[in-house]
Amino acid sequence: MLITALKTNKEIAEMATNPWLIKQGITFEHFNYLFTKTPFLTFFKNTIIVTISVVIITMIISVLAAYSLSRLKFWGSGVLATGIFLTYLVPETLLFIPLFKIVGWLGLLNSYWVLVLVYPTLSVPFCTWLMIGYFSSIPKEIDEAALIDGANHMQMLLKVFIPVAMPGLIAATIFAFTVSWAGFLYPLAFIYSESEMVLTVGTVTTLIKGDVFHWGGLMAGALLAAAPPVIIYAFLMDYYIAGLTSGATKG
Amino acid sequence: MKNNALYIWLRQKPRIAFFMCLPLILMVLCLIIYPFIYSIFLSMLNKAETKFVGIGNYLFLFKRETFWLVVQQSIFFALVAVFFKALIGFIAAHSINAIPSKGQRKWRGMLLIPWVIPPALSTLGWWWLFEPTYSALNWFLKEISLPAIPWLSETFWARFSIILVNIWVGAPFFLIMYLAALKSIPEDLYEAASIDGANYRQKLYYITLPMMKNIISITILFSIIVTFANFDIVRVLTRGGPIDTTHLFATYAFRVGIESGDIPLGASVSLFMFPILAILAFIILRSVRKRALEV
Repeated sequence: MLITALKTNKEIAEMATNPWLIKQGITFEHFNYLFTKTPFLTFFKNTIIVTISVVIITMIISVLAAYSLSRLKFWGSGVLATGIFLTYLVPETLLFIPLFKIVGWLGLLNSYWVLVLVYPTLSVPFCTWLMIGYFSSIPKEIDEAALIDGANHMQMLLKVFIPVAMPGLIAATIFAFTVSWAGFLYPLAFIYSESEMVLTVGTVTTLIKGDVFHWGGLMAGALLAAAPPVIIYAFLMDYYIAGLTSGATKG
Repeated sequence: MKNNALYIWLRQKPRIAFFMCLPLILMVLCLIIYPFIYSIFLSMLNKAETKFVGIGNYLFLFKRETFWLVVQQSIFFALVAVFFKALIGFIAAHSINAIPSKGQRKWRGMLLIPWVIPPALSTLGWWWLFEPTYSALNWFLKEISLPAIPWLSETFWARFSIILVNIWVGAPFFLIMYLAALKSIPEDLYEAASIDGANYRQKLYYITLPMMKNIISITILFSIIVTFANFDIVRVLTRGGPIDTTHLFATYAFRVGIESGDIPLGASVSLFMFPILAILAFIILRSVRKRALEV
């Protein structure tokens, strides 16, 4: 099939210095170049910091909101749930220009912390939506039992809801991880010095210098940068797919 | 009785509920709604952001040929790419569903890889295939003695390449959604149809498609939004060239707003996406609600 053919082609292509085939043995020179001559490791470090922060922030915001929206009805909660679904449909490309100005005022331009601030706008709506779905499917008898035993809301959330909705939580975490790892437009627009760049932008911009293409280095970089999401996904694929197909998603 | 009392007690806690939602509400207000309103304001300023020009930027865009090219290109791109993504996803989902379940997981995993790699990076790999001097695809064409194709330097082929990469990235998403939908169709419907003497095509038209109608329309609408607002692929592959013929709204807004420094004009370009997105979002919301009611 077409996709498979293209995929394997590409994978071979990324490994080889000659088109399609490795003719002169395998070389690790490019990886060496990548680690010693370019700020690739800095990109990696920045990406990890950004991604971990984004995942933690996303999970805190969306689990709290999902718990409250699925169990504790309050004035306007229905409107809020619909609103969250709508914000999920807002693409990053609609708002990057005003955000560019706003982060400028905040003095966060050209720092990777800006990404920690803006990425949750992309990840939180979907994660909240997903968690509302999972929390709503928990039978009400369980929280009644917990309430009778004298649990308060915090205890109920931590000791009952989170363990029961673990598959959903894992899917949401992977989603937040993917969003912040793969983000391209925001870092491209907001960050311009090499020491603050993340992997996607760093690989694309700094490894292409003028007319000299370091194809080997470029491909080695792309391969390494793409590896973490692929590895994580390989282990947790079933959770992720179950989570995604249960709520509508974008792709 | 006791049940009721408990629920009254639960409902008396709107304040806790509100505080739990507060981070979310603040985020949406500060980083989505406020930027959006600010964006409308920005789009009505002149380039130096010193003077209010009303709809001047929009009128300016209407007179630009490049802008209309961007409009055409974005719509064409979204429709063609989504059509093929849906088609390939549908066929692939059927093929996987047809093979024994032991091999399904492996195949599904492999076919999903394009979707998991960050698009900016996988596009780099594609770029290497298309690149003029070392192009791996042209090398292959030469081997089978076909003329070389200027993948990225000629408008037609550049558009073709972008759509191709987009399909490659997006088709797996349709695959998983359709596979999940296919598995939820009750087996006895097909059995009943077989007994009545239905052939493969009839089963497809009268059982599979009607059962999947809803999920097909939702995924297609979603994908139109995402494809329409795409940025990564065009940016890495062609940067809108040759001569601005492959720009989409997002890349054009980036070029005008960030690279050329005319932020108000860039804001107006990206705001043009809004009406289309709003209409699509409205339809999606309606069909998601309908689906929820059916279930």
